[in-house]
Amino acid sequence: MRILILVLLVVLSAGPSGAVDPREILKDPILETRAREISKGVRCVVCQNQSIDDSDATLARDLRVLIRERLTAGDSNQQVVDYLVSRYGDFVLLKPPFKLTTLALWGGPLLIGFLGLAALISFYRRQRMRQSAAAPPPLNDKERRQLNDLLDGDPS
Amino acid sequence: MNNRVLFVMPLVVFLVLAGYFAVGLTLDPKKLPNMLAGKPVPDFALKPIKGRDDKGFASADLKKSVSLVNIFGSWCVACQVEHPFLMELKATSDVPIHGIDWREVDPDAGPAWLKKKGDPYALVGDDPRSRAAIAFGVTGAPETFLVDAEGVVRYKVVGPINKALWDDTLKPLIDKLRQGGAS
Repeated sequence: MRILILVLLVVLSAGPSGAVDPREILKDPILETRAREISKGVRCVVCQNQSIDDSDATLARDLRVLIRERLTAGDSNQQVVDYLVSRYGDFVLLKPPFKLTTLALWGGPLLIGFLGLAALISFYRRQRMRQSAAAPPPLNDKERRQLNDLLDGDPS
Repeated sequence: MNNRVLFVMPLVVFLVLAGYFAVGLTLDPKKLPNMLAGKPVPDFALKPIKGRDDKGFASADLKKSVSLVNIFGSWCVACQVEHPFLMELKATSDVPIHGIDWREVDPDAGPAWLKKKGDPYALVGDDPRSRAAIAFGVTGAPETFLVDAEGVVRYKVVGPINKALWDDTLKPLIDKLRQGGAS
């Protein structure tokens, strides 16, 4: 029983740890957390759909070390990211920034959503209009009498 | 009228998607923009590799003449393909080629490679921790940068350079830079 609890504890406490080598980890836990945070948003330029936090590539390793060195030297997170962007372009950011060249990327889904909403509204509005147009004019007195007669089945 | 619009809608959607794919699928995701184009070379100062008793290779060395900076490594297969052409360039052209020996696990590997195959480089710097490579925005070897006499990066080649690329692109650019520098 005790062993079972032990095993469960070990299994449940194991989270994804990325590709970070224990030797890279900074002593200062705050700086290390910041380094991990930056690494998760930086694309590995060798294996392009991984972040450098996940990648085993040697260049990703060197980038992680570089990020840690820059943080230790007193750079802010933004300064570190800006340095990498100045070398590799916006492409290194896994989340592309919002600017003129990415307007279609960020605005596109919104635009399509609005178009869909507009189409939906116009569809319902037209349907309602068609229903009211198709409704027959109300019966006049004579017609109503005829109808009643027919329903009663008793001509009088 | 309205039905007709609905009727051609699938065709329109198809054409738009086909247009996106026609452009998108021909793009090479490995080709990153050259962020350094028109900018001065990054600051770097690399130690010499073993067996070369020069002073290594630093950014100041690039402010003398139009030159090429070639990032290579003894581990890199494409560099082996490129190497004979660099030797040919050394023999036939007066443009100095500088090398950055990138990420050698064994510090003897780069020098041994050059000794065995020939050394096309004027200056070579050792970059075991990718410092210069990252500063240049390198994603893989080989990459070659064309740098003008003021030390400004003018062009970047990803992958091996060969005769066709030299004749069609690099040589004309170099001639133009040299004329511009003379005036």
